[in-house]
Amino acid sequence: MKVRSILADVRKSLGIAVWAMVLLFPLMVMKVSVTRGVAQVQFRWNLLPFVGIAGFVLSFVWRIALEWKDRRGNNKSEGAFSRVKAWGGQYFARPAVRKSSLVALLCFVIAYPFLFGMYHTNVMITAFIYVILALGLNIVVGLGGLLNLGYAAFFGVGAYTYGLMWKYLGHSFIAAGIDPGWLFWISLPLAGIMASLFGILLSLPVLRLRGDYLAIITLAFGEIFHMVMQNSSDITGGATGISLIPRPWFFGHKLPPPQAATYIYFIAIVLVIITIFIVRRIEDSRVGRALEAMREDEVACEAMGINLVKNKLITFALGSFWAGIAGVIMAAQTTYINPDSFTLWESIIILMAVVIGGTGSIPGVIGGAILLKLLPEYFRALAQYRMLIYGIAMVLVIIFKPDGLIPRKRKQYTFEEKELSK
Amino acid sequence: MEYFLKLFLSGTAKGSIYALIALGYTMVYGIIQLINFAHGEIYMIGGFTALIFGGFFFSKGMPVGFVLLFSVLLSIIYAAAFGYTIEKIAYRPLRGKPRLSALISAIGVSMVLQNFVLLAQTEKFLSFPSYLPEFKWLQPYKEYINSTQLIILGVTAVIMVLLTFLIKFTRMGKAMRATAQDMHMAQLVGVDINQVISVTFILGSALAAIGGVLICSYMGQINYYIGFIAGIKAFVAAVLGGIGSIPGAVLGSFVLGWTESLGTGYISSDYEDAFAFIILIVILLIKPEGILGRTQRQKV
Repeated sequence: MKVRSILADVRKSLGIAVWAMVLLFPLMVMKVSVTRGVAQVQFRWNLLPFVGIAGFVLSFVWRIALEWKDRRGNNKSEGAFSRVKAWGGQYFARPAVRKSSLVALLCFVIAYPFLFGMYHTNVMITAFIYVILALGLNIVVGLGGLLNLGYAAFFGVGAYTYGLMWKYLGHSFIAAGIDPGWLFWISLPLAGIMASLFGILLSLPVLRLRGDYLAIITLAFGEIFHMVMQNSSDITGGATGISLIPRPWFFGHKLPPPQAATYIYFIAIVLVIITIFIVRRIEDSRVGRALEAMREDEVACEAMGINLVKNKLITFALGSFWAGIAGVIMAAQTTYINPDSFTLWESIIILMAVVIGGTGSIPGVIGGAILLKLLPEYFRALAQYRMLIYGIAMVLVIIFKPDGLIPRKRKQYTFEEKELSK
Repeated sequence: MEYFLKLFLSGTAKGSIYALIALGYTMVYGIIQLINFAHGEIYMIGGFTALIFGGFFFSKGMPVGFVLLFSVLLSIIYAAAFGYTIEKIAYRPLRGKPRLSALISAIGVSMVLQNFVLLAQTEKFLSFPSYLPEFKWLQPYKEYINSTQLIILGVTAVIMVLLTFLIKFTRMGKAMRATAQDMHMAQLVGVDINQVISVTFILGSALAAIGGVLICSYMGQINYYIGFIAGIKAFVAAVLGGIGSIPGAVLGSFVLGWTESLGTGYISSDYEDAFAFIILIVILLIKPEGILGRTQRQKV
């Protein structure tokens, strides 16, 4: 690299550093506090150099990252890293390796609750709940290309289905001598169906509309759900929610908390596996292909004789179904639900799991969900910066790696090698 | 009737604030078809900057008129600078990519700004001292309308006129309209797209800052979260009037303001925020292109 271009870069970055210091000056340096109607400003000059230095360094990083992105766009399969990746891919494509590593993973997952204790088991359950949610959302966003910003509401529909079942049917179950834990097993499919119904209901007004309207209307639905749950205190318990929700039935035994956690952990695993299985099947089915076509080009898709309305309804119904299921597990795990678990930010975090992991890619989405749920558990010290970091991560991923960390593999026809290298 | 009139006037004031935010939305959407989620955050930052500078100038013992003028000016400048920077960092690299990518990026920006203000300033609600003047002659009518509401109405009207003038009769406005119609074609005839988009963001953000200062003076409080819901409502207003259309955004904002105000007055105040969303769903069912919007024919 030439000296002059480096000098130009430095000058540019200095400019950006100054801009950052000026731009962030009022919010970073001047801290306002209001006492009895009079605003007081306190200066924190010590923060200013940090802003400047950060601006300088980040602008360099940003420039290099943009260059890297351009280069990567031009020639894909070069450099040591991609060669290692390709080798790893081939290695894992071998059936024996693939099978044995899957078995090892399964063994680890099964042994997990016995190795690490209740706290970590519970953390893992929440991660699994997110995996189910992210896989469900992936049907809508990844396959169908429809942005859903109210997904937490469907999650809430599931949780509230179980919660309300318990609230209104629980005592009659107990009076009849039936274990209330049965309610879990009844609610599980019911919640999925309820969430699907809501999904269909919601998608009806927006079937004719473009993607961004859909995002807003799902967002609106999420907010309305939250508000209704919060304000209808005589039916749903309002802001205080529903408590003492029973844990799932286990051959009539009342399990102590650690065992109950293990039990729910296994239910969650089984559901995750079922979800993965079904979602994979959907991807390769007629509906899945139609959805993919719809995502790529709605007009061309319609011209091919695919019924868009029907397919959008199916997408929403299928996507919401898993949210409902996840909601029931969540209610059973925490034994307590209130509207604040189903806010817009919850929807956005689930969306983030899909986007960061890799829209449309099943392993990516699973990885993204586990990552987003486990990292905050183990970096408690950074808890207050969590949403800030998530926001930054979301912007960075969408700019630099729009396919996510584990991109979706598109099915493609491969030609014979010799034909290509002629 | 008196009750109705009162609600109607407060709805009008509310609507004119929504209009200030909705204009920014509709301008940005008109040009790059992006729902700029961060727009509400710009409005919040405008309010915060005004509070910070206002507090600083006031504590230095400056006269109220001076405090008002300079804090509002600085907040407009800062909000515009934020709008410009955000567009450059988060939206420009995504131009030409699928539309949903920019939307997701906008959600990310919105999260970043909210949490940045939360961490750098405070999570508490701060009371917002009003530096706006009180009109003596309005005393007898203060049952119906107070000075702040009147100022809001006046400011919105003036801005509307200026903006219409800018878009209809200036060179920049012409370039903006051309870009909104067809970006590539505008580029071919020599319009500097990047400049037009930057100007759009700067203008929209400046309007949002004015809205932020006005509504914070009206409500008397501010915190880091006020932008989000206001932004969504302003978006609803823009959709209601027909997104991309400037008179539509204003009309939609007034309709939304009246509905909210009458709805909370006659039905229930618990669901104040829900009215906007219900209107949104209804409008999308009946007339998705909005009141003043034109149906866009899809060409293949």
